[in-house]
Amino acid sequence: MERNRTIREQQEGGNRSGARVRRQGVGGWLSNYFARHLQTLFYALGQLSLKPFSTLMTVAVIGIALAMPTGLHVLLKNVQQVLSGWDGAAQLSLFLQQETRESDALTLADRLRGQQGIASVDYISREQAMSEFQRLSGFGEALSALEDNPLPPVLVVHPTLDQQGPERLNALREKLAAEPVVEIAQLDMQWVKRLYALMDIGKRGVWVLAAMFALGVLLVVGNTIRLAIQNRRDEIVIIKLIGGTDTFIRRPFLYTGFWYGLLGGLIAFTLIELALWFLSGPVNNLASLYSSEFRLTNIDLITVAALLSGGTLLGLFGSWLAVGRHLRAIEPT
Amino acid sequence: MIRFSNVSKRYPGGHEALSDVSFHLAPGEMAFLTGHSGAGKSTLLKLMALIERPSAGQVIVNSQNLAKVSRRKIPFHRRNIGIIFQDHRLLFDRTVFDNVALPLVIAGYSRDEIGRRVRAALDKVGLLRKEKVYPITLSGGEQQRVGIARAVINKPPILLADEPTGNLDPELSREIMGIFEEFNRVGVTVLIASHDLVLIEQMKHRMLTLDQGRMVVGGEG
Repeated sequence: MERNRTIREQQEGGNRSGARVRRQGVGGWLSNYFARHLQTLFYALGQLSLKPFSTLMTVAVIGIALAMPTGLHVLLKNVQQVLSGWDGAAQLSLFLQQETRESDALTLADRLRGQQGIASVDYISREQAMSEFQRLSGFGEALSALEDNPLPPVLVVHPTLDQQGPERLNALREKLAAEPVVEIAQLDMQWVKRLYALMDIGKRGVWVLAAMFALGVLLVVGNTIRLAIQNRRDEIVIIKLIGGTDTFIRRPFLYTGFWYGLLGGLIAFTLIELALWFLSGPVNNLASLYSSEFRLTNIDLITVAALLSGGTLLGLFGSWLAVGRHLRAIEPT
Repeated sequence: MIRFSNVSKRYPGGHEALSDVSFHLAPGEMAFLTGHSGAGKSTLLKLMALIERPSAGQVIVNSQNLAKVSRRKIPFHRRNIGIIFQDHRLLFDRTVFDNVALPLVIAGYSRDEIGRRVRAALDKVGLLRKEKVYPITLSGGEQQRVGIARAVINKPPILLADEPTGNLDPELSREIMGIFEEFNRVGVTVLIASHDLVLIEQMKHRMLTLDQGRMVVGGEG
């Protein structure tokens, strides 16, 4: 009889406190809602930490997959930086008229050296041009058969750094082409353009790689979550039997995917940092051999943010796909 | 509280588990559902919990026509029914406390409220001191009491039990049945499927008897 009384009290007490819960209002409900999500978030992390080895395996696979495109991106950034230094090597070749005398050519060279926007001017005489051509072209014998030297004298103009950029260089070229002794003024930017074209291919390559590895991450997370769902089949059935909604059952799996993605992103970041550290010694060595101040640029904050959020989103999306496919199939019988 | 009207259930393959079953259970009533194994007891309980849907007829539980409960609404329907299983269906990787708390966690109660209610429910089934242990360390009778605590924690108006004493010795069985009677005394409608005729005949409650899918005792029409 005494126990009976405690049951009745509990039954009524419960109803009273049920009313109290409702009286907490929207604010209370909302903070309760977030508290529950936070709890599930850390519950999912706790579940992962129970199996550290298999978690690490999965996260490492995701990390490597994320590190590939991100690493290539960082590499390209560095190449771009090297190239921006080489831009300064853009030069103008002024082919003078055949009959130009050496003294006139040198006078022009002197005058140009004094002009704004020009860093230096080199004079290549017809004879120098000839001997260089003979040496480099492999037509040495054939050329010596010629009676006349067909090559014109050349002035090689190096613009200052502030004159870089295609328009300014073109303007400079037109100005120099207007000089009376100049036959042709040619801008030697072909090789820079080619390098930039290569870089464009590289940038596309980053996206192709990123797309492929993103798909890989989705599949890895999806498959891992699928296995997790199968392992917890009994639990899912029980929760459904006592009134758990699909949303409630889905939540821990989604947060598991979230953690896989985020931890994978962190591993990718660590791998890239390690690779940069590993490469920095030889790169600095090489740069100093070219007497360059170039140093490997570290991964920038925006890329880190994109890597971590991208990884997290992929994890969430992968688990969302798996949960959507496999959770519905599990029903109590 | 529970009304079956001409309910039949035919499984794919042609086996008819229930045929033309009609009965009514008033609010606050307690009844036993008996019959040989395979007579349709489990099917009848499954229809009430919407684990299965009838092939014909109408099931009304808690003044709700179950045919109108959509898939999305099933969880909310189940929260009004406490279900106790023969095999307990406990989660063995969680403590007794967490097992009993699960329905409240699902329903989104606050942590304080959960703690209070779980302890009250465990006190009720005499397991207050076991809240931190894992179910695997408990005896069969104790596991069943954890299952009962979990079923009643939400204060459902209806309790359904499928062979709750199936694996227990007579003394433990009587104890478990006693707990159900206590809930019934405070107004909970209780339906217990059992084939332990010796025990339930001592208890002087209404009997519903199924035989090969037909209700031969206690039904209507």
